[in-house]
Amino acid sequence: MKKSLAFISLLIFFVGMEFAAFSQQQRFPKPEFESGYAQPVTSMPVPRDGMFALLDVLVLIAVLSLITWFILKKRSRTGVVAVSIFSILYFGFFREGCVCSVGSVQNVVLALFNPGYHIPLSALAFFVIPLAYTLFFGRTFCAGVCPLGAVQDVFLMRPVTLKKWLQKALGLIPFIYLGLSVLYAATATDFIICRYDPFVGIFRFNATFFMFAIGAAFLLISIFIARPYCRFFCPYGVLLNLVSRVSKNHLTITPSNCIQCKLCENSCPLDAINKPVVVKQMEDKRSATRRFILLSLIIPALMIVGGWTGANFHENLAKVNSKVRLADEMLHFDSKTMKESLEIEGFRTSGKPVEQLYLEAAEIVKQFYYGGWILGAFIGLVIGLALSGLSRYQYREDYSPDKGACVSCARCLKYCPVEK
Amino acid sequence: MKKDRRDFLNTCFRFVAGAGIVGVAGVLAVKSQKGDFLWQLDPAKCTQCGRCATSCVVTPSAVKCIHVYDMCGYCDLCGGYFRPNVKNLSTGAENQLCPTGAIKRSYVEDPFFKYEIIDELCIGCGKCVKGCGAFGNGSLQLQVSHDLCVNCNQCAIARDCPSDAFSRVPIEQAYKFAGFKTNKKI
Repeated sequence: MKKSLAFISLLIFFVGMEFAAFSQQQRFPKPEFESGYAQPVTSMPVPRDGMFALLDVLVLIAVLSLITWFILKKRSRTGVVAVSIFSILYFGFFREGCVCSVGSVQNVVLALFNPGYHIPLSALAFFVIPLAYTLFFGRTFCAGVCPLGAVQDVFLMRPVTLKKWLQKALGLIPFIYLGLSVLYAATATDFIICRYDPFVGIFRFNATFFMFAIGAAFLLISIFIARPYCRFFCPYGVLLNLVSRVSKNHLTITPSNCIQCKLCENSCPLDAINKPVVVKQMEDKRSATRRFILLSLIIPALMIVGGWTGANFHENLAKVNSKVRLADEMLHFDSKTMKESLEIEGFRTSGKPVEQLYLEAAEIVKQFYYGGWILGAFIGLVIGLALSGLSRYQYREDYSPDKGACVSCARCLKYCPVEK
Repeated sequence: MKKDRRDFLNTCFRFVAGAGIVGVAGVLAVKSQKGDFLWQLDPAKCTQCGRCATSCVVTPSAVKCIHVYDMCGYCDLCGGYFRPNVKNLSTGAENQLCPTGAIKRSYVEDPFFKYEIIDELCIGCGKCVKGCGAFGNGSLQLQVSHDLCVNCNQCAIARDCPSDAFSRVPIEQAYKFAGFKTNKKI
């Protein structure tokens, strides 16, 4: 009796299994056609740019080499303009501004912080190659290879010189922008550089009105103020600026020796020409020591204040993360008075427990707390170093390009009367 | 003499910067994989919120409805084609769920009908996908159409997707189709 009961229950179990397996199948099974109907193939269009990744890198190397040769050997502005137009057409309109070196910073950071993310080789190449060229030849990449810089450069008609203090103040923005984009890329939140790229919408003839307006505004401004995005926003420009300061063969205004004729003095639209100092006057030892002590106190203080401020804002910074936002929304969700948002609906259908979401969100907020400290301290350090740079005395006899700020656009070259 | 010191410092920093660049490149090149990644959405996670139609940087969206014919039941009353409570099963525009009329319904044999997506008209709103998933087999699925996708560094739809359905996929597995819809109540 017991045995048969066990057998029956086993049978029922198997039938149940069978039924469960059946219910896993289609609600409406595919019919057996009798009319000889041939079923169309499910369309799966092939990716359009598999081979472009390699081509892009090759074009980048070729164009960079060409423009470097134009700037350093031929000393020709015309060549730079020609390369700029090619870059706008190829990297800009044809490749629609993606992948670009400016955005690749985020890919690199994401790959460094997230073991699960594999950076595409093209993105890595776009990050490394311009930096390597800059280390040897200065910012020739900015001169006309980067489509974002090139499109602003060709719009420059009536350059106006900005006040020095304004340049210095606006020049801090790229560092903040870089810090923020690193923070958001490291926490796998968002790629803000790509999101707020002002020109990519113009390259694609397709943007939201907001982004299009920003792009158009940048282009209008760049008629008068040289390269507003490059100088006051570009985060990759920060890296190139730092590397370019120690570059080996940076562009020189004169092919030979400077004769201090002052002809090139106002030729630079970026205001990146250092003028000779009239009188060689050394700072006396006491004041130098005092300045040094003062700065070495101010910089750590600025870093601590900055870090503390950043850490205090970490929750606001974390709000950008979609997971944190969802957890926040779930926490404040009241089913009686509020309508379910799409995010909450999507989360409910996924069937994940709420507790797990909260734990994950808390983990991300914690990352933002440390990130806030680091970001704030970084901004403090940048401001401190900018101050110390302003108070530094440097003796100069000749007109020479400011290796950090100069983008090697080669405009100053034709002003120099000295022959080789 | 002073100039020499500055030159020496510059050289030092140059080597430090060079070492940094080579280091980052080396570390990441080892981790990096050949070939690019593409964006694709997982239909199993998709809730057909309709943002694919509006968030994409390409207009109309690079996300299209793709018909997986192997899963289709060739129903006469197709939940992906007809609005709920239609009067008669005809191809009249008033009966269609699709806002752009991008689904072509044609007779195969009694009582089966074939449904084809006209890619040029599809805007990726997912209305038919929702209908098919709710009443039918779920053979209509949203997918990123890679001939249209410009493969942004950060996909704009992925950022707006409420159900976290977008991810980077290797180029060899460019399409992700969900299995058959089960009778399980959601």
